[in-house]
Amino acid sequence: MVELVVYGVVLGSVIALGAIGITLVYGIVRLANFAHGEFMTAGAYLALLVVTVVLPWLGVPDGTFGPLSFGVRMLVAFPLCMGVVAGMAVLIDRLLYRKLRLKNSGPVILAMASLGISFIIRMLILIIWGADYRFYRPGVLRPAMDLPLGIKIRPDQVFIIATVLVLVVLLHLFLQKTRMGKAMRATADNTELALISGIDTEAIVMWTWGIGGGLAAAAGILYGIDVQLHPGMGWNFLIPLFAAAILGGIGNMYGALVGGLVIGIAEQVSTAWLTPTYKLAVAFMIMILILFVRPQGIFGERSR
Amino acid sequence: MSVLKVRGLWAGYTELDILQDVSMQVKAGQIVSIIGPNGAGKSTLLKAVFGMLKPKKGRVVLKNEDITGRQPNKVARKGISYVPQVNNVFPSLTIQENLEMGAFIRTDDFSGRMDEIYSLFPVLKEKRKQKAGQLSGGQRQMVAMGRALMLNPVLLLLDEPSAGLAPLLVSMIFEKIRQINQTGVSIAIVEQNAREALKMSDYGYVLAMGRNVLDGSGESLLNNEEVARLYLGG
Repeated sequence: MVELVVYGVVLGSVIALGAIGITLVYGIVRLANFAHGEFMTAGAYLALLVVTVVLPWLGVPDGTFGPLSFGVRMLVAFPLCMGVVAGMAVLIDRLLYRKLRLKNSGPVILAMASLGISFIIRMLILIIWGADYRFYRPGVLRPAMDLPLGIKIRPDQVFIIATVLVLVVLLHLFLQKTRMGKAMRATADNTELALISGIDTEAIVMWTWGIGGGLAAAAGILYGIDVQLHPGMGWNFLIPLFAAAILGGIGNMYGALVGGLVIGIAEQVSTAWLTPTYKLAVAFMIMILILFVRPQGIFGERSR
Repeated sequence: MSVLKVRGLWAGYTELDILQDVSMQVKAGQIVSIIGPNGAGKSTLLKAVFGMLKPKKGRVVLKNEDITGRQPNKVARKGISYVPQVNNVFPSLTIQENLEMGAFIRTDDFSGRMDEIYSLFPVLKEKRKQKAGQLSGGQRQMVAMGRALMLNPVLLLLDEPSAGLAPLLVSMIFEKIRQINQTGVSIAIVEQNAREALKMSDYGYVLAMGRNVLDGSGESLLNNEEVARLYLGG
């Protein structure tokens, strides 16, 4: 049982990274981004491309760090792919969502457009890489470490939790301490007043997409390291991502973090009684329950 | 010298123009009130000046520069600040952060300006770490004005600063407006509380149905029988 909770924390921290992006984009761009899961998939597959094709071609040595299943190649690929997906998210906004915003399109039109983007990215990945499961490093299975209470955890999973922790702390510092981060919170609070104050809200929107896209890529790569890669992986994350964002109060980054952990733990613990196939249903049930009981989320104060 | 000159302004949200040929001006150092019944177009006039609404005809001139139809963030850079009637603070940001956002486009050190604003509104300094959303109506209005003042504007546009405040707070807010004006900021103010507003105003404009009805010095409008009967409540 304790073990399931630990696995839940691993899964939950991946969900949290994605959910933070969903909640930031929703709070500032006012868009329910159905393509967010595909940003995860795109990040994971781009990292696969970099790790298995680009870096070997450049002569970057293979190898692994101690007990981890990956080495210097992944360490290069990780930030690089975060950056590429961040750029991709900004570009999609410029080419599509911005044009729809300028036409004063409603939230449904924007959400449907993002659904279209989600199909396009998923199909592109399917065409390029095929439908098979992929691994960053096939055939390597690192033994799990034994912790007290009979918990087994793989070194990769410790790395995942630590990485998520670092990214969340960096985001927290950005939002609380920097001029741009404060302007992001201000824009989420009151877009019209941000404009009145002279804040370039379109620049804020680009920052938001960049951060959301980068975090999604990180989540996708981390999930790929922990489990495997599949063209539908991001799509399967969509319900847990939205469940986590809604649970934490949509627009609230800290809520999304807690929401992600709760959903992750609930999904894993449910496998003690249910077959793992029902994990998604568990996330969905939590989302429905929250929408019935407390639609503003656990940390939500205002109604939108 | 006039700080703001509005000439023959037509503007509205739809085909129907709310403002129909409105003119007004604010001279340097003045407080100018815009009064009139609900729906007269007073708030729309401020929005059109600040560029939140694109005028269809007419001109808005700041000092000697035509700023007609400029975007709000451009107008803010030119020296006009605007305080909306509602939703005029960032509720989840602290007071200090609200003021920082007011200075967002400043690249110089604005800590001196912040101190000036804190000395104008000492209560804000006390509560500077508190979220603006937790403040009372009067304190929120101070945060809103403080935010607008961070850019050292030459002209401050205030949309019904006394709306929804208790009588005691109303006179306090008007006193603050007078103090702001004494630091050299010209002020254009839209008010339902017409009598109080006219008392402190150098000049006033009466609008009705989107048109200029009357204008004159604050005192002359206060003593005008028609104004008194129609807009000052007897």
